[in-house]
Amino acid sequence: MTPKIKIENLNLWYGSFQALKEINAAFLEKRITAIIGPSGCGKSTMLRVFNRMNEMIEGVRTKGNILIDKENILDADTDLVVLRKKVGMVFQRPNPFPLSIYENIVFGPKVHGLNNRYELEQIAEHSLRSVLLWDELKDKLNHFALSLSLEQKQRLCIARLIAVKPDILLMDEPCSTLDPQATSKVEELMRELKNNYTIIIVTHNMQQAARVSDDTGFMLLGELIEFGKTEDIFTKPKDKRTEDYITGRYG
Amino acid sequence: MHNSQRTQKIAFLFLFLATLLIVVPVGLIVVIIIQKGLPAINWQFLTDIPRQGMRAGGIFPAIVGTMYLVAGAIVFALPIGLLAAIYLSEYSKDNFLNRLIKLAIVNLAGVPSVVYGLFGLALFVIFLKFGASILSGSLTLGIMILPIIITASREALESVPDSFREVSLSLGASKWQTIRHIVLPNAVPGILTGTILGLGRAAGETAPILFTVAAFYLPRLPHSIFDQAMALPYHLYVISTQVPNVDEKIRYGTALVLLVLVLFMNLVAIIIRYKFRKKKKW
Ligand SMILES: Nc1ncnc2c1ncn2[C@@H]1O[C@H](COP(=O)(O)OP(=O)(O)OP(=O)(O)O)[C@@H](O)[C@H]1O
Ligand SMILES: [Mg+2]
Repeated sequence: MTPKIKIENLNLWYGSFQALKEINAAFLEKRITAIIGPSGCGKSTMLRVFNRMNEMIEGVRTKGNILIDKENILDADTDLVVLRKKVGMVFQRPNPFPLSIYENIVFGPKVHGLNNRYELEQIAEHSLRSVLLWDELKDKLNHFALSLSLEQKQRLCIARLIAVKPDILLMDEPCSTLDPQATSKVEELMRELKNNYTIIIVTHNMQQAARVSDDTGFMLLGELIEFGKTEDIFTKPKDKRTEDYITGRYG
Repeated sequence: MHNSQRTQKIAFLFLFLATLLIVVPVGLIVVIIIQKGLPAINWQFLTDIPRQGMRAGGIFPAIVGTMYLVAGAIVFALPIGLLAAIYLSEYSKDNFLNRLIKLAIVNLAGVPSVVYGLFGLALFVIFLKFGASILSGSLTLGIMILPIIITASREALESVPDSFREVSLSLGASKWQTIRHIVLPNAVPGILTGTILGLGRAAGETAPILFTVAAFYLPRLPHSIFDQAMALPYHLYVISTQVPNVDEKIRYGTALVLLVLVLFMNLVAIIIRYKFRKKKKW
């Protein structure tokens, strides 16, 4: 199987600080890959390379290749709009816009030029159904999105993302602000979404990585120490450092 | 223990007195103006032209003149100020030059208004040959309130959380789309507040219009933007110092109208800000 995303010799610097070091990995289509590692090891940085959000920060330099569907997205002439439509991101803190639920979902499609009201409504319904919120919210589409619960907000953010029809979903600790019950619901949703999307999730929570992911990468100080099937990583890690981390010896 | 409590009480008393020292004079001014001006206010005073060398009749042309000037200033200053603020907060890099520009703008707000008046005289009245006219006056007032509008707008734009910009960009929106659809709408209340405060300042200043537009005595409405006009603050100055034997009632009445106009604008600004604060939840 050809990988959906292939990383080749990726290096990244914030000014003179190197945050990613010679990373090589391949992410398979329609699977959930978890990236784990201690705080500050470069998980978020790695995730934000895939949709090139790091470039908003001044002084960032990237070297290497990232092939998504065989195209190097780090090329200077990559169309960022096309890339970001294809590679969407869910943030740590649920962050709906201060607009209505409906306006939140159709923001992406509208920005990309869709004006047909009927089509927008179809998209809104489909997106809300995909995150299992339609029945709850179908009569409240005009309500203010900030009045939703945290879990609903995070689902809404995923729906907003699905509305632009991405292939790949990047999730940066999407459950870290949620309680255990909401977390397990969002995890369920992720398994559901796996049928249609390639998902990469950053998490601090090793149980979560073990529960939801098919593949896992372990990072330490900007290096990708080990990458493979989740069960292998958790049951028979090859590297001593991986073993130390998953057995809790790193804090 | 006991001692420190007493120190605190004394400090508190001083702070309270200091506050009182600010509030009391302001209150007194308002009270005196209302007391002496209110008897002059009637329908005729507000809608009639000045008569008998401004010793009788109304102040209608001055009210209208001030309205025109304020409107002209806003038409000029709001778009330019807003664009400048957008550039400074959204596009400019954080380097020495841009920090210098921001500092300069903040300081411009403190330049005495008479300096703006002279500048307007030199640039608009004489160099661009607009003459003493509503156009020159509006432009001068506009330039005077630009720093206020830019600073307030910039603060409003910068108070919109970065996470909104990030999400919008991550959804594939361009930078401009992000500003247009996400940042600006959330900054509108702050921009409006700053604009209205600027307008209040423009309505009340005498010096900038002194050389650029104000007519000593023009008992009719202006015909075009190239016409001179009367304006409330200048009219007040004229009837208080330049024309003998104007009834005190008329002077305070004029002051009251001006005061109400400016306070009203500030009130609107406060209400907008208050409503927005209550709604804001992020
Ligand atoms: N904008 C920045 N400028 C400079 N250094 C940065 C910047 N962002 C991150 N870093 C550094 O890069 C390293 C990796 O950061 P990153 O946010 O990717 O870590 P992380 O693994 O996501 O951590 P966490 O688990 O705490 O979210 C850290 O050492 C951090 O200090
Ligand atoms: Mg992180």
